[in-house]
Amino acid sequence: MSDTTHDGALATSKPPSEDAGLTPAELARKYGLSVSGARPSLGGYVRELWGRRHFIMAFSRAKLVAQYSEAKLGQIWQVATPLLNALVYYLIFGLILNAGRGMPKGAYIPFLVIGIFVFSFTQSSLMAGVRAIPGNLGLVRALHFPRASLPISFSLQQLGQLLYSMIVVLVIVIAFGNYPRLSWLLVIPTLALQFVFNTGLALIFGRMGSKTPDLAQLMPFITRTWMYASGVMFSIGEMLKGKPHWIADVLQWNPAAIYMDLVRFSLIDSYGPHHLPPHVWAFAVGWAVVIGAGGFVYFWKAEERYGRG
Amino acid sequence: MAENNGGGVPTVIADDVHIVYRVNTGSAGKGSATAALSKIMRKGKGDSPGVRRVHAVRGVSFTAYRGEAIGLIGSNGSGKSTLLRAIAGLLPCESGRVYTDGQPSLLGVNAALMNDLTGERNVVLGGLAMGMTREQIQERYEDIVDFSGINEKGDFISLPMRTYSSGMAARLRFSIAAAKDHDVLMIDEALATGDRKFQVRSEARIRELREKAGTVFLVSHNNKSIRDTCDRVLWLEKGELLMDGPTEEVVSAYEKATSH
Repeated sequence: MSDTTHDGALATSKPPSEDAGLTPAELARKYGLSVSGARPSLGGYVRELWGRRHFIMAFSRAKLVAQYSEAKLGQIWQVATPLLNALVYYLIFGLILNAGRGMPKGAYIPFLVIGIFVFSFTQSSLMAGVRAIPGNLGLVRALHFPRASLPISFSLQQLGQLLYSMIVVLVIVIAFGNYPRLSWLLVIPTLALQFVFNTGLALIFGRMGSKTPDLAQLMPFITRTWMYASGVMFSIGEMLKGKPHWIADVLQWNPAAIYMDLVRFSLIDSYGPHHLPPHVWAFAVGWAVVIGAGGFVYFWKAEERYGRG
Repeated sequence: MAENNGGGVPTVIADDVHIVYRVNTGSAGKGSATAALSKIMRKGKGDSPGVRRVHAVRGVSFTAYRGEAIGLIGSNGSGKSTLLRAIAGLLPCESGRVYTDGQPSLLGVNAALMNDLTGERNVVLGGLAMGMTREQIQERYEDIVDFSGINEKGDFISLPMRTYSSGMAARLRFSIAAAKDHDVLMIDEALATGDRKFQVRSEARIRELREKAGTVFLVSHNNKSIRDTCDRVLWLEKGELLMDGPTEEVVSAYEKATSH
């Protein structure tokens, strides 16, 4: 405490300075001060993010673990939840509505399960993106870190969730007589591309959701429409038989359908290339690059505004 | 007003800072959903309905110098914490600018950690969020846990934070935040957390941080801790800077104004 008063006495006794006439901006320039909370350059932003990669990983892993920490069965729900989901859809679409018509027997259940899990990977990344900033305002207002860390770690969390679901998928696929073959490896690039696409989507909606939290209320309706239009529980080609061919192509070129069909094509023997739309890999890469890079730039453009209430 | 520290090196310059919060109130003022809807229909541009503007800080200017410890006082809602967040670059200014030397850090007890995670994981997560490396965290992990005193009553650090009492949680948050050294350090009511024993410990830690930091800001309602730690005080009222000067002068004026 004695040291405090000493400081104070020292401070007041200093002679008047030559800085007296300077405006705040000039003073700041003279001593090399920078504007607080200013947006870094795009390159600088990428470097900052890279510097926080451990935080991003730890945050997504923490979220994944925290999800079921109150349940008695704990982490078993990571696998049980997608399994129950698949069961419900099978009851309704497989047994009651018979949406699997036109498909070989035994192909429909793997088809459905893959569709649900791959689609919900995109869907939940999107939803998490919308809530990324409003749901973590405490963190955003307390600590300084590149805000893109949040949407990115949320899509990483969903990737972790999907990997659990893929265990269920592989068991089901094998149970229906599709045995491991070389084309299974195609799942890896497909999901990697989908992850990039999802992250871009989460970043885009992260910015929109930070300005308009109401989006969180609206999104379930949009994603449900998207789900029904993407052929999650039926084959688009079969359903649109007799309609002009381009309608099916356009629906199948939508990113959710592309990634779903590619995973199905890789894992299910009887789901041959004729189920895929033309230029399918070009679209898979294109969507990932355009949405991934575009979303990142779009999110970065509002970096300095995310704390605002 | 404050003309102390003429020859020092400035570390924080606030230039006519205004901060406005936009609060979504759900509906525009009074009335039901239909009333809100009709208001949306009637209004065209401008601030959208259902949004209220709160002008929290109105034109504050000051310059802080290296080696200063600055207290912020004022009644509840006078804009103290908001001003700190703006200095830290966490809240964007509506107009005006804040210039700083390096990246100021806000040492708040409110920093959000995850309630569903164990204290252990929260220490790592909090450290990473502050920009520490994994090695640095490992190095200081024991210190953080010991300092928080969480394990004094059994092995609580391996339990989820939601099982902690509010005092314990606040202590852990403070310990995590105080584990890092900062250039410009801002402390928001940190001295008021925990029991008496912890308060003494945290005051000592803050003094330690102060010695390492270039400039310290302290928000507190406790005039005694302001007097103990600060040599300059800014008095904010309704978002405006009412007074800026040596501690004794400003705190006495503040006490006189609030005593009746």
